[in-house]
Amino acid sequence: MKKFEDLKDVHIDVLTEIGNIGSGNASTALSAMVGCEVVISMPEVKFLSFQEAIEKNGCPEETVAAVLVRLKDDVEGMILMTIEQEFAQAVLSAFFGERTVTLDTLNEDEISALTEIGNIMSHSYITAITSLAGLAIGVETPSFTIDMFGAVMSVPVIEFGEIGEQLMCIDKVIELDGIKMKSNMLLIPTVESLKNMFERLGIE
Amino acid sequence: MGNTSVGISDWKIETAPKGLVTYALGSCVGICLYDKAKKIAGLSHIMLPDSKTSGEGAINRMKFADTAIPDMLTKMTQMGVSKIGLQAKIAGGAVMFKVGNDRFNIGERNVAAVKEALSALRIPILKQDTGQDFGRTMIIDTATGVVTIKSANKGTWTL
Repeated sequence: MKKFEDLKDVHIDVLTEIGNIGSGNASTALSAMVGCEVVISMPEVKFLSFQEAIEKNGCPEETVAAVLVRLKDDVEGMILMTIEQEFAQAVLSAFFGERTVTLDTLNEDEISALTEIGNIMSHSYITAITSLAGLAIGVETPSFTIDMFGAVMSVPVIEFGEIGEQLMCIDKVIELDGIKMKSNMLLIPTVESLKNMFERLGIE
Repeated sequence: MGNTSVGISDWKIETAPKGLVTYALGSCVGICLYDKAKKIAGLSHIMLPDSKTSGEGAINRMKFADTAIPDMLTKMTQMGVSKIGLQAKIAGGAVMFKVGNDRFNIGERNVAAVKEALSALRIPILKQDTGQDFGRTMIIDTATGVVTIKSANKGTWTL
């Protein structure tokens, strides 16, 4: 296996299962944090070209909040979660009480809360990998930014542009208090790390 | 009128009145080459500095600064553009996430590689808006050569 393109159905199934366990963890953790019911749909693992990853998941110029968590040790790579206006509005209102949220004018508390959500979500998926594959994954402090969706996406796109033409995306729908929202989560292991993970699971 | 959109790892050439746009450059760099006399512009959106680092196999030449810029220039000269008098404007190459080390400061390396490629082709850089920590959309008016930069939270300005 040299590129994501080389992955077979069996690999995708395993990744989907990891996504599934991760989403379960994430909905529990997120519900506990914001204090209302959070349902996360069965995730779909997709491999998209860089251009598709940007065009299918949003508008390039749309302002989003983004949390980037870098992974090290047994799995190297990064998790990038982008939070759209609608999601920020719902989740911050649930957490702090009803309020008007504008991504351009977030205060420090709101930024901390969104960073923490990105952190919780990332850890939910990391825990799924570590428990399933018995790998030790180190996590760096999450970084937060608010900018154009396309510009944020350029970070994983560039970092993995040297080894291939595709990105792995976990697509899912988050339902918070009955409101459905799309959430973009990119789990981007290096190909080496992915290989390592499948070896641990006994899958060639 | 409308603008032709240039994707990531892509370049396109247009003649006035049709303009060119590339959306949301982060650490990538947009390179505009403009021929004032013919009112023809080329816009390239590169992702990485150096095609030689990508290992074996067929590469996408539009992805790298060292291959995309010469290729676009060749195409422009085939369309009758003279290299003399050609001017460049560049934008992008930001560091999108401040905390945590941006492992190899790719934005800065992209800008350096673009400058090197342009200097090797002896094309002067007339204006630039690079680095810092925010994304940029780059729009070229092929009639005037004016480049408009749009950002998410810092407004809009021209180069």
